[in-house]
Amino acid sequence: MKTLLIGEYREGRLLESTYELLGFAQALGADSSLFIVAREDQLPAFAGKLYLADAAAAGEYNPDLHRELIFQAVEQEQPDYIVFLHSSYGWDLAPRVAAKLKIAQVSEISAITAGEFEVGCCNAKMRRSVKPATEKAVLTIQAGAFPVLQPGGSPQIRKLTASLSSNLEFVGYEPAEAKDVDLAKAEVIVTAGRGIGKKENVPVIHALAKALGGELGASRPVVDAGWVEHSHQVGTTGQTVSPKLYIACGVSGAIQHLAGMKKSDFIIAINKDKDAPIGEVADVLVVADVMQFVPAMTAKLGR
Amino acid sequence: MKLLVCVKQVPDMESRFKPDSRGVWFSETDLAWRMNEYDEYAVEEAVKLREQLGESCELTVLSIGPDRVGEVIKKALAMGADRAVHVQDLDAAGKDPWQIASIIAGYAKEQSYDIIFTGMQSQDRGSAQVGVLVAELLGFTCATTLVGFAFADGVITAKRELEGGLKGVAKLQIPAVVTCQLGLNIPRYPTLPNIMKAKRKEIAAIPVTELLKEEPLAATTSFHPPAKKGGGVVLEGDVGELVEKVIAILKDKTAVLR
Repeated sequence: MKTLLIGEYREGRLLESTYELLGFAQALGADSSLFIVAREDQLPAFAGKLYLADAAAAGEYNPDLHRELIFQAVEQEQPDYIVFLHSSYGWDLAPRVAAKLKIAQVSEISAITAGEFEVGCCNAKMRRSVKPATEKAVLTIQAGAFPVLQPGGSPQIRKLTASLSSNLEFVGYEPAEAKDVDLAKAEVIVTAGRGIGKKENVPVIHALAKALGGELGASRPVVDAGWVEHSHQVGTTGQTVSPKLYIACGVSGAIQHLAGMKKSDFIIAINKDKDAPIGEVADVLVVADVMQFVPAMTAKLGR
Repeated sequence: MKLLVCVKQVPDMESRFKPDSRGVWFSETDLAWRMNEYDEYAVEEAVKLREQLGESCELTVLSIGPDRVGEVIKKALAMGADRAVHVQDLDAAGKDPWQIASIIAGYAKEQSYDIIFTGMQSQDRGSAQVGVLVAELLGFTCATTLVGFAFADGVITAKRELEGGLKGVAKLQIPAVVTCQLGLNIPRYPTLPNIMKAKRKEIAAIPVTELLKEEPLAATTSFHPPAKKGGGVVLEGDVGELVEKVIAILKDKTAVLR
């Protein structure tokens, strides 16, 4: 079995997540070649075949052109699977490649079981097993689901070039907002999720964080609703954290949130819904109303 | 200008999901339905652009599914869409993203839309494929995961959400498809007068068989809960007792209370 793995490169640097693709290929028991749009001094440590397009010419985000470059690599390599990370680069580009080749795409694979691919559904509460009906397929893999595998060595480079006029022009990056809190350094994080109900309840969660000498975290919906500043957001689009203690208050556990906190040493989740996916990573799941439990716990700690 | 927004009806995600008789999707018994959350942002952004462009612009909402999807169509009309297309399909859930995209593109190709809005993914299926596939099938420009959208002089300025808080800005020529991320805007609640007005708006019904010409490219073989990892303790009962238990666990298993 042959895989063509689509590596990622951003702001002039190879992204470490590229090595998760190699972990996936190993789990699949497949031979791998890599494709990447990058600079020649930023190549992955990998001893196999590397299809390389120059980032200076092909741009970091130019999906129409990158699709054509991947198509060239596919023509030469004839892989069974073309594998992307399920990331802002991967989910944007993968369906374009699948459509061009008219082959199946299986999105956000979290496991391989009996030759089929397991993917999350229903806000990560349930799973589906999916099987491509086409000979080749495009796959995207869930962030953090497969081990990072850094084999070392130097690749055998096959250079690719293409030119194409596109109706999309990449203007540039806009940096993340300045952080007023560095959650990565916190030993305790108490996170407010949508289950807290309203903005007025944020101080209740913050009080528990303070009682434990920790920082306030927030899930995406709470930040989107304007209840808490983005600098407190935990997850793939916020900060990735691994404190000694993580308490998730009314957080359902979307995949992008779990990816940002599941490496915490000890996780307590407080949720009314016993089936909430946060329970999958929690050491302790407290089935309770957050707004009853949290103030009671803060009061007890204060005594 | 002609705009299209595609919306999907999904179950409330707080529901308990059980497999259906085929074992490949959820049973619809006892589910409450609502508009896919990502699509609410897509409708809001489309309605805002419709308001910006005024009377020279028309916004159509499209949804695929059985009669119950009429509810999300009515909501989009009450939020400000001008007219609707209901693609009647009793088994939309049995179709793969390629087929769903083919249905939408099959309808849209005769309509010469300038901009098509979709959610970046659905909450139930979560493939994040349909919007991009529609763009590829129609030959439209496309950008995904928008947290910023502006339109001026025939050009879309799209702000994409990348990882770690970083954003990427791109300019797109129309015709284009944009897929909308949570937080792009604040979706409005339909007002009572607008709900009443929406009742008079046109909803065209088209049987799916008129639009679907494609076979599925992938098959779901099973729908099931995640494997329990074990090790996690589940505590239930009186809040006072729960607090005592949790504090005892913290003292025992962590160093934070020492």
